[in-house]
Amino acid sequence: MSLKRKDLLSLAPLSVDEITLILETADSFKEVTGRDIKKVPALRGRTVVNLFFEPSTRTRTSFELAAKRLSADVINFSPSASSVVKGETLLDTARNIEAMQADIIVLRHSSAGAAETLAQGVKSSVINAGDGWHEHPTQALLDLYTIRQRGMDFKGLRVAIVGDVSHSRVARSNIYALTKLGAEVRVVGPSTMMPWGIEKLGAKVYYDMDEGLRGVNVIMMLRLQLERQGRALFPTIREYTRLYGLTAERVRLADPGAIVMHPGPINRGVEIAPDVADSLSSVILDQVANGVAVRMGILYLMSGAN
Amino acid sequence: MTTPTNRPTERKDDKLVMDAGDIARALTRIAHEILERNKGVRNLALVGIRTGGVYLAHRLVKRIQGIEGVQVPSGELDITLYRDDLALRKNQPVLRKTSVPFDMAEKVVVLVDDVLFTGRTIRAAMDGLMDLGRPGEIQLAVLVDRGHRQLPIKANYIGKNLPTSREEKVQVLLEENGEEDRVVISKS
Repeated sequence: MSLKRKDLLSLAPLSVDEITLILETADSFKEVTGRDIKKVPALRGRTVVNLFFEPSTRTRTSFELAAKRLSADVINFSPSASSVVKGETLLDTARNIEAMQADIIVLRHSSAGAAETLAQGVKSSVINAGDGWHEHPTQALLDLYTIRQRGMDFKGLRVAIVGDVSHSRVARSNIYALTKLGAEVRVVGPSTMMPWGIEKLGAKVYYDMDEGLRGVNVIMMLRLQLERQGRALFPTIREYTRLYGLTAERVRLADPGAIVMHPGPINRGVEIAPDVADSLSSVILDQVANGVAVRMGILYLMSGAN
Repeated sequence: MTTPTNRPTERKDDKLVMDAGDIARALTRIAHEILERNKGVRNLALVGIRTGGVYLAHRLVKRIQGIEGVQVPSGELDITLYRDDLALRKNQPVLRKTSVPFDMAEKVVVLVDDVLFTGRTIRAAMDGLMDLGRPGEIQLAVLVDRGHRQLPIKANYIGKNLPTSREEKVQVLLEENGEEDRVVISKS
């Protein structure tokens, strides 16, 4: 079994076998990241370009570290310091990068579908590191890895995704993957943040958080994008916190062994109470640590010769 | 590099070169040779190369325990990330686990593989091992040496020297893989 794809743009088209292969490959790299010398020569001579049109510290650093630990050469390209401000199109920027013999382009962009457009226009492999409100496949894969690491089986697993589902690419990628693997996915949030037709993806909608959390094995919190306040999605942050903030009391509604996840960066005291974020059931920092191993696995699998 | 686990269905013109008894006797001899050369089990450790070498390393550990009464530390090495042909392959091979759960410093580490052919796997294995620590010495034990080296590599312990042509395929089939223990040569 190998990953016969040029690009990783979305989790929607991936088979269960492909997802499993990525998670198992990541497992081998988890061992590498635990060594004294956390570096292997697998991608020696390859070039990975991080093309980030949106600010991101976590994801960019995680990809950079993953590529470096595979011995690839890494270039970070951010638009403010580039010709993008001079009016160059995405595709032209990418073609220029490709002309410098980039093997893999990691793209973060504010427009949904940007990675798809790029993938069609260049020969390099493209990895979607978040495109608008569409998908963030590597985040979902590291979430899956973290769940699996806790010894949980996806079949019949109950997962609640809580918050601004409408504007969350993390939520969408997770819904695609988790339902495929046989998990029961609940989406919890106010109706203003619930995309129309989300149940068609196989998720069950809950507007009441207590009800949505009852008996779940995994609580996946989404970041409240505070910059969206004032767009009439929620009246006040205080009200949002009261209705959809995760407190220790609410965690008790879930299964006793439930884990709490968050893609970061967290708003302490808004969508998640500080004591919950730091509790034993929180795997938020495990997610960050696993992100590097998962991205090493993806870079490795995508690095076949063209 | 050889991929002994990736075997086709057996054909009529497969030639048996070692049977279960031959393999058992060769491993017993190698166990004795390892102990003789290293004057016992002090600082001795075995590391099998995935997949066939891992099984053979386990068998050698058992034999050494039978002789000296001591279980020497052992590990498993996946050399995939150290292959020299990764940049040439269209699809990357499946990664398996590496586990060397002992400190290699000062140790004599005997690498164990089933077939020694071009020597490229052993080069990769030595690089992989060095990234995990600093062994005092590395030695090499193989069940079959079929020749055709492309690198200056030589085994310290050899079960059987097998003259082959480049086109032939040498397969080591083992019980651990649900096979009857044997070594066969087939024309590919």
